[in-house]
Amino acid sequence: MSGGVDSAVAAARAVAAGHDVTGVHLALARNPQTYRTGARGCCTLEDSRDARRAADVIGIPFYVWDMAERFHSDVVDDFVAEYAAGRTPNPCLRCNEKIKFAAVLDRAVALGFDAVVTGHHARLGPDGLLRRSVDHAKDQSYVLAVLTRAQLDRSIFPLGDATKAEVREEAARRGLAVADKPDSHDICFIADGDTRGFLAGRLGEAPGDVVDASTGAVVGSHTGAYQYTVGQRRGLHLDRPAPDGRPRYVLSITPRTNTVTVGPAEALEVSQVRAARPVWTGGERPTAPIECEVQLRAHGDVVPATVTLDGDTLHAELRRPVRGVAAGQAIVAYRSDPAGDVVLGSATITG
Amino acid sequence: MAYLDHAATTPMLDEALEAYVATAREVGNASSLHAAGRRARRRVEESRERVAAALGARPSEVVFTGGGTESDNLAVKGVFWARRGVVPARARVVSSAVEHHAVLDAVDWLAAHEGAEVGWLPVDAAGRLDPERLRAELAAHADRVALVTAMWANNEVGTVQPVAELAAVAAGHGVPFHTDAIQAVGQVPVDFAASGVSALTVTGHKLGGPAGVGALLLARDVAATPLLHGGGQERDVRSGTLDTAGVVAFAVAVEAAVKGQQEYAARVSALRDDLVRRVREAVPEVIFNGDPTDRLPGNAHFSFPGCEGDALLLLLDAQGIACSTGSACSAGVAQPSHVLLAMGADHDRARSSLRFTLGHTSTPADVDALIAALPAAVERARRAASLRSPR
Repeated sequence: MSGGVDSAVAAARAVAAGHDVTGVHLALARNPQTYRTGARGCCTLEDSRDARRAADVIGIPFYVWDMAERFHSDVVDDFVAEYAAGRTPNPCLRCNEKIKFAAVLDRAVALGFDAVVTGHHARLGPDGLLRRSVDHAKDQSYVLAVLTRAQLDRSIFPLGDATKAEVREEAARRGLAVADKPDSHDICFIADGDTRGFLAGRLGEAPGDVVDASTGAVVGSHTGAYQYTVGQRRGLHLDRPAPDGRPRYVLSITPRTNTVTVGPAEALEVSQVRAARPVWTGGERPTAPIECEVQLRAHGDVVPATVTLDGDTLHAELRRPVRGVAAGQAIVAYRSDPAGDVVLGSATITG
Repeated sequence: MAYLDHAATTPMLDEALEAYVATAREVGNASSLHAAGRRARRRVEESRERVAAALGARPSEVVFTGGGTESDNLAVKGVFWARRGVVPARARVVSSAVEHHAVLDAVDWLAAHEGAEVGWLPVDAAGRLDPERLRAELAAHADRVALVTAMWANNEVGTVQPVAELAAVAAGHGVPFHTDAIQAVGQVPVDFAASGVSALTVTGHKLGGPAGVGALLLARDVAATPLLHGGGQERDVRSGTLDTAGVVAFAVAVEAAVKGQQEYAARVSALRDDLVRRVREAVPEVIFNGDPTDRLPGNAHFSFPGCEGDALLLLLDAQGIACSTGSACSAGVAQPSHVLLAMGADHDRARSSLRFTLGHTSTPADVDALIAALPAAVERARRAASLRSPR
């Protein structure tokens, strides 16, 4: 229970469904005081009190579990290392994979609990298939697609059939004070929302060149390649305009040479995506290429594709090119379905 | 439900509750001059006399406060300021490593904000202070010491300190000695004058009185600078309208607890000994913490090797058994107990601790319920803790 409205209503719904529920808030900051004044994020003391108050109203026991060390090594350090390696990580996805449905779930099962209930907006029914939420704008199936069959079998997502507005209404009806608490959007461990500053503090300054993809000419400089993400346009500070006068975008980041390569928007277009460490939960793992839809970043567009699995890699042939595909993000394959699009599987984009 | 957390708070005694309700129905501010005020004042002063008589103090030595934390803060900061105000060189506080946070944090605050230096007295493996260490400390620094503060009995592991001996050492050097006796009153014999201490903290809700009311017994020759300024209601050391009903109920509870102490201690320690014996049978690897003989009658404190105390607490809570890890929380996360660490326990042992405390409503059925639930809880907590080992 993060202290937000979703997990509070999820807990209340789990109780209403007849489960014996215990509320758990995760202490994720090594030093909670550092986040005391940062009203954003999921790890402030105020959020912990909001979660406890919600648990009291629902009438369930409530505990804080200290996951700070695990969170730091598996999510925060990984986040920094991924940027340093020129990739763009998704820490929420990583937290689901390593903390909420791993460290927390394992501890819970050891203590005698059967499952972890979260307030994620996604559907997981008796058929065991993970589907998009009815609220497409709030759908979080993308960051849950990394979960394995074993993890899904011990997960409950009670909110998948409700829109965010309905969740808020229900919270108000149930007397939960968090009913109109604002959504959190930022990365919870970067309290001020300044990702660049956060990375700069950990990786230090590393000046390098910004190079034009077509000419190979040095067109500018940067103070750290980790500050850039594929597809980014703003903040490039180029010395020279492009010959055609059109804007340039980050096409790739090369940590080995500490180079940021830029080019025109068209050069961002990608039709083939390679990815590693595939997880497949939407039925039997396919042995032949399959037709499906893929999503390449959180809240990103969905495009038709042919997906092939081969050992530890996944390959997707996109039916129409997509811009801004960044290594480190997940590719999630969906099968469209009138009862809610089904997550087939996912993998981490490598190129 | 088996309530095994009487050291956190214990149910109010019937007679205290009745006295509270009866008094709370009456109007009157004990500081007012009219008839209603006089009636309230009479109740307050009668209560003061009852508390004084029960605890071996003079009525004028009883300063009513808002509870234990306030009394501790008033004693530590108030006596420090008053003594240093007279002799600026007196800026040293002597305290023990196992104090409750109400004392510990007040001392730390003086060090951080008032330039106090602190002499920490160590404890042995049973959590017991050695009067010789205090003797050495004062032999070296007596002229610079503002006060000595050491608890009568420890709230976590239940060890009872040799308070009279410690107080005699301090008195020999003319240094005021404060003791936090919150866990001791009603549990072991406590006599203010006979103990030789200069200041003593007592609170209501640990002995069958209401929460939010307590007292500092403060010897007449010991000055304390007030923390709260205002009407000066309590000897000009403490301001604030007195909670007449609370004070009356507190006095009733103190009197009853002290009067019944011997009978209580005999009954509850027998129950406690049974609990300890059966916990040891059920979980042979358990470590019994604290002094085996000089301890509070209701206290049983264990370390469960291979378990985390907070996991055990969760599991026992789910079985309707209320107990405590006994240690403080930081943002809800249990910290390893400073008391156990001071006793020489390592980090793992400190985190594996659980405190069971019996009280005036405890029955053999409470112990039965604990013993029935404990083995399965320990097994599960061990499984959970084993996940924490290096991945």
